[in-house]
Amino acid sequence: MTRNNLSWKIGGEAGFGIKSAGVMLGKIFMRSGYEIFDYTEYPSLIRGGHNTFQLMVDPNKANSVSQSVDILVALNQESIDGYLVELSHSGLVLYDQAKAKLSARQAAKYKIEGLALPLSDLAKDSGGGLMRNVVALGATLALVGQNLSIANGVIKENFKRKGSTVVNNNLKALKSGFDYIKKNYQGNFFCQLPKLPAKDNILISANESLALGALVGGLNFYVAYPMTPSSSILHYLASVAEKTGIVVKHAEDEIAVINMALGAAHVGARAMVATSGGGFSLMTESLGLAGITETPIVMVNVQRPGPATGLPTWTEQGDLQFMLRAAQGEFPRIILAPGDAQESFDLAAQALNLAEIYQTPVIILSDKLIAEGSTTVQKFKSNTIRVNRGKLLTQTQLNKIKNYNRYQITGDGISPRALPGMRGGVYIANSDEHNPLGFSDEGGDNRHQQVDKRWAKLETLAKKLPPPIIYGNPKAKNTVVIWGSTKGVVLDVYHQLSQKQQRKIKIMQVQYIWPLADKFITEVLNKSRKVLLIENNSNASLGQLIAQETGFKIKNKLLKYDGRPFFREEIFSILDKF
Amino acid sequence: MTEQDFITQQKPTWCPGCGNHAMWIALRQALAELNLKSENILMVFGIGCSGNGANFFKTNVWHSLHGRTVPTAVGAKLANKNLTVLAIAGDGDGYGEGMGHLVHAIRGNANVTYIVHDNKVYGLTTGQAAPTAEQGYRSKSTPAGIIEEATNPIALALAAGGSFVARGFAGQAKHLKELFKAAILHRGFSLVDVFQPCITFNKINTFKWYFDRLYNLDQDKNYNQQNLRQAFQQSTVWGKKIPYGIFYQNKRTTYGDNLPQLQGQALVKRPLKTRNIKQLLTEFS
Ligand SMILES: Cc1ncc(C[n+]2csc(CCOP(=O)(O)OP(=O)(O)O)c2C)c(N)n1
Ligand code: SF4
Ligand SMILES: [Mg+2]
Repeated sequence: MTRNNLSWKIGGEAGFGIKSAGVMLGKIFMRSGYEIFDYTEYPSLIRGGHNTFQLMVDPNKANSVSQSVDILVALNQESIDGYLVELSHSGLVLYDQAKAKLSARQAAKYKIEGLALPLSDLAKDSGGGLMRNVVALGATLALVGQNLSIANGVIKENFKRKGSTVVNNNLKALKSGFDYIKKNYQGNFFCQLPKLPAKDNILISANESLALGALVGGLNFYVAYPMTPSSSILHYLASVAEKTGIVVKHAEDEIAVINMALGAAHVGARAMVATSGGGFSLMTESLGLAGITETPIVMVNVQRPGPATGLPTWTEQGDLQFMLRAAQGEFPRIILAPGDAQESFDLAAQALNLAEIYQTPVIILSDKLIAEGSTTVQKFKSNTIRVNRGKLLTQTQLNKIKNYNRYQITGDGISPRALPGMRGGVYIANSDEHNPLGFSDEGGDNRHQQVDKRWAKLETLAKKLPPPIIYGNPKAKNTVVIWGSTKGVVLDVYHQLSQKQQRKIKIMQVQYIWPLADKFITEVLNKSRKVLLIENNSNASLGQLIAQETGFKIKNKLLKYDGRPFFREEIFSILDKF
Repeated sequence: MTEQDFITQQKPTWCPGCGNHAMWIALRQALAELNLKSENILMVFGIGCSGNGANFFKTNVWHSLHGRTVPTAVGAKLANKNLTVLAIAGDGDGYGEGMGHLVHAIRGNANVTYIVHDNKVYGLTTGQAAPTAEQGYRSKSTPAGIIEEATNPIALALAAGGSFVARGFAGQAKHLKELFKAAILHRGFSLVDVFQPCITFNKINTFKWYFDRLYNLDQDKNYNQQNLRQAFQQSTVWGKKIPYGIFYQNKRTTYGDNLPQLQGQALVKRPLKTRNIKQLLTEFS
């Protein structure tokens, strides 16, 4: 059989090494020239519970997952019973014959092929029963016509930290799975994924990309409290803190997190915090504090389905309205929503600049799908990004100012900023309404002036705002409106459409959620014959925002809120007829 | 610098006779005697009558939210270790809303001075019982007398591992000034709980009430500030006699000392430019 792409899934209990096997396979294919997108489903447990890891392998950019799976590696019975339905016709289920059973009747019913392997025995023979996942990797590689040269390298790198015995055992396990297929496999599934020219890619999650983007952008102070699915930002930054010379602090709670970051930002650090909705809820009062004190801060909310604890390890885009409204009172904020790893990298660096230029909080709204899933992207380049600290004064500039007014009324709303430690720059950053000097002032006129001054910053920004991104045929009359992680699946499916269908469609991705490019959006929507809004939530929150700002009510909506992302099939069936 | 250099043009809004005035003066004197410059001091205030002091000190000031002085001060100190950083809170502020932060700041021992105005009431919100109010204290929010026992910030700070734990009294201005100086000079997290009579709402814990009870540990030749057991013992003395002064102090390393990346220049003094991440990308290739 010939094929050039693969949807591979491995399932088993938490603790079976599901994810680590998947990530290694992803790296192997990346180094063989393929593009990767991966997706994990796991309950909020450390042991037991069912985990799956799905890997999309494609010669072209892959940004989403399909429902159908070509190879299912089942490390337990549950993986067979629960996921057999997902196998594509003539797909293969490779299972551990010691732990699971597949009847011929079952196989026939789903028109799939079963392959019982002695995964447990082969793992034990290689040095440990835990290595069933690696045996399965070896078997997979043999089934899709790969050799072990790249895989051996990945295994070595992956287990290096654990010592040479572990490395060697895993190499043995890999080979035993590989050899077993070579020697014994007589089924129909075998295919040959061609070797492709190597690319200069990396395999990375949006969380790690965001962290790297922030590092490029000059981040030097990061505080967080662990919360899925934001924690890998903390883990990554903590792992490179010493090397990069930044402070990474795991604080006692999210209220401490944001206030520590604000303290650092106030004295001149480039500070960022990240959390999920629950932690963000705890930070809201301080979000307003950043607003009124005009302190630059980047706050990342990696969404998961709420409310409260919700579905801790699943995905959703349910917090957009919350980000728009969080905290009492009225103040400018900037909200950015990256759609994938590359955008997370770019926007994180940009967010640090925006926070400092506009002296106001910048929120990055991400979600579990991209935050925890890895994808191949071209190696990031740092040279396109410049650190811009806006109206931050130098001592020389400050020396020329007679009576320094931190909250001076200015045309663009942005006032020159001195830092503690500068001569002649002493001021009070005040959570009470204040006059230009910073002192508490409850006068009505002063209040008007300061509120207007703060809002003016947003008007200044609105003039420079990049418009939403248009993909597909810009002249098409049918418009699909998206934001955040739905970008991946919508673009992937768009590329699967017939050329005729592609010509009919344009896609508008709103990356700057706030301030919203209302004029641009109004024009696009008014010129469209059909508009479809796709959101991973139940309330069409971007739709609500667009209606509020433009008066345009998008009636045609595709919403999903079961904790799962949109699968390609679900979008295809809609766009194919759109 | 003289203490006058630390005064802004803002007229204090505290009630005449309030203990806050004496604390204000003592702290200004302490800063002046330590030869500190306004621009090198950051004072982080909470919300309350105590917090209103934010407007009256001519230093860098961050007027924070209710309860949040401590983490803010810690963050600022880590980012710019050249600054002398003080957190100034009320007892509702610091031991109610922000109690958790205290314990954790003590664990980390960042070099921050934490001064708490202990008036046993919520002054600014018209006199409700604070966590330090004595059991049975009647206030608008506890008309039948507060059921909870008073929190004991000294014992708590000692138990948490505090490296500098002290109690002052607004009625002993000179001692208070010296206490503030010692706390600021201490390398590590210092807690100074200051009895600060609220003459408007607290009719029980008045200046006289304290004068009748207080005895000074600092004048006791047999008292050893390095003896934790003794400190614990004194921290639980309450009633007819109440101790004040430095209960305990040790030389533990600070949070910043333990971060290799904070050695050398202060974080915010380093040039801030685009970071090259080429090396970091290898682990993802
Ligand atoms: C989050 C929040 N809750 C409540 C308040 C209202 N509030 C302002 S000051 C205060 C209590 C002040 O008491 P304390 O901290 O003891 O300071 P004091 O006035 O006694 O100096 C309260 C409850 C607030 N500002 N913020
Ligand atoms: S209410 Fe009490 S604490 Fe507040 S200023 Fe008046 S006397 Fe002082
Ligand atoms: Mg009080």
